[in-house]
Amino acid sequence: MGEKIATRAAYGKALVALAEEYPDLVVLDADLSTATMTNSFAREYPDRFFDVGIAECDMVGIAAGLAACGKKPFANSFAMFSAGRAFEQVRNSVAYPCLNVKIVGSHGGLSVGEDGATHQCCEDFATMRSIPGMVVCCPCDGSEMTAAVKALLDYEGPAYLRLGRLAVDTVTDAIPGYKFELGKGATLREGSDVTVIAVGLMVQKALAAAETLAAEGISVRVIDMHTVKPLDVELVEKAARETGCVVTTEEHNIIGGLGEAVCACLSERCPVPVLRHGVEDTFGRSGKAEQVLEHYGLTADGIAARVREALKLKKG
Amino acid sequence: MDAKELHSLALTAARVRSLALDQVYTAASGHIGGSLSVADILTALYFHTMRVDPKVPTAPDRDRLVLSKGHTSPALYAALALKGFFPLEELKLFRSIGGHFSGHPDMRHVKGVDMSTGSLGQGISAAVGMALAGKMDKKDYRVYTVLGDGEIEEGQVWEAAMAAAKFGLDNLCAVVDVNGLQIDGATADVMPSEPLDKKFEAFNWHVLKVDGHDLEAVAAALDKAAGLKDKPTVILAKTVKGKGVSFMENDAGWHGKAPNDEQYQQAHAELTAMIGTLEKEGK
Repeated sequence: MGEKIATRAAYGKALVALAEEYPDLVVLDADLSTATMTNSFAREYPDRFFDVGIAECDMVGIAAGLAACGKKPFANSFAMFSAGRAFEQVRNSVAYPCLNVKIVGSHGGLSVGEDGATHQCCEDFATMRSIPGMVVCCPCDGSEMTAAVKALLDYEGPAYLRLGRLAVDTVTDAIPGYKFELGKGATLREGSDVTVIAVGLMVQKALAAAETLAAEGISVRVIDMHTVKPLDVELVEKAARETGCVVTTEEHNIIGGLGEAVCACLSERCPVPVLRHGVEDTFGRSGKAEQVLEHYGLTADGIAARVREALKLKKG
Repeated sequence: MDAKELHSLALTAARVRSLALDQVYTAASGHIGGSLSVADILTALYFHTMRVDPKVPTAPDRDRLVLSKGHTSPALYAALALKGFFPLEELKLFRSIGGHFSGHPDMRHVKGVDMSTGSLGQGISAAVGMALAGKMDKKDYRVYTVLGDGEIEEGQVWEAAMAAAKFGLDNLCAVVDVNGLQIDGATADVMPSEPLDKKFEAFNWHVLKVDGHDLEAVAAALDKAAGLKDKPTVILAKTVKGKGVSFMENDAGWHGKAPNDEQYQQAHAELTAMIGTLEKEGK
């Protein structure tokens, strides 16, 4: 297992690393640059960094105007605000005119921890994927984030990128043949009894669950679905056909996120039992991040339990 | 401004009004009141002030206009058609399923539209972004945005106003079409926004005040704004909602309503008479 680094930290480094190669890259923040990790870019490229203050709606609109003049803006805040508060600006000023703006939501999910429910956004996949044409991406580790930032710079169009607060193990760099491609899931572990489709920090937990279940004789395939939209339907369908049941896991409400996207895909293409694992349509609460995740069952054990349920449905 | 240019602008403004009326009548829907109040402002912008070339609608160095009060698209479409961005004939497709002239402007489908707008309060932020890009690239283009005095009740307008001042965007000029009315009635009753001059001054903007139907004065204010440095400029243009059609003037009921046949005939007759008089004067 590789370096332990938060995806937001990898994101901040990637912006700096890619700044010379992409002279049109500009970065906006709404008074959270020390948390979203855009502060290094701000230091290195002050002429290409704009802090608009605590005004996320305005930030998104400014980004739209910059994009209309050929810039490649990345507009940053916490997921709650960039994908929540500014939803309508993203829809009407960015996505409807199909402008090349990347909306970045840091501190997605419950792992915000101590700040509590007002800042724990478990609805950002839902809001962003409901907008026509939006790409929705949430890499699981630092290595994948670095590749995702470059891919999003090369992608012309509106997209949402979720960053995580917690340091997480780098897992993708150890996978033979792993290559990041926007819109294509990555199979991180082969398996034949069941497939776990995971996103964000649930990927590492899914790999841990697969290890536990292997000891019980259950062969678990693990797919890292870093792009929630457009969903890699071919990969999902193939997994359903080959393993016969699916569990999805996400640090997000089970409504509107990866789980529902997979359900929609499979109900149309290959109906098999699909169990969703995630935040059960509830608000979060304060606590240390790992404690909060545990409180809501977002653990490897939680995933393993859902896998056992799914296998029963498959057999039934 | 010489008399010839002034006369030409007046004639164009009258045609903008007439074409806006025709669009709303043909579509049997649309926002005529605000289109009539903003007609002179848009005419001054497109036919006196702005550096645009209808043959190269996306030229990187062009001046840009963001119609933040996007519901007055009939006036914008009329001005763009008269400027030559597309044939006048196409205006009959306003709000039609068979065309691209949406109720609110769509930059992807209508030549000359620099930003998709319609959701109030958002256009000014995009204009700030465009002006910022111009500063970054050391371009000399200017960015204009036209807002309604009802629209500025949206908090985002003031977020954008702060940002424009922070970034010293003297290449940005906002025009507020102060017609004093919004859907639910008088702006003074629905949500008092005056004193607008003091508000914008407090937000570190240059402030100019003008009669929004005095074409010479509007054009002069736009000229003056181009020379004001270090801060963005707002032109507070006092207007009459429904201007040019007697029974629509100062009536909030005409915000978003189409005239019936009889009303259209009367309005059309009034505007046609205005155009006729101006044409006669021009000869």
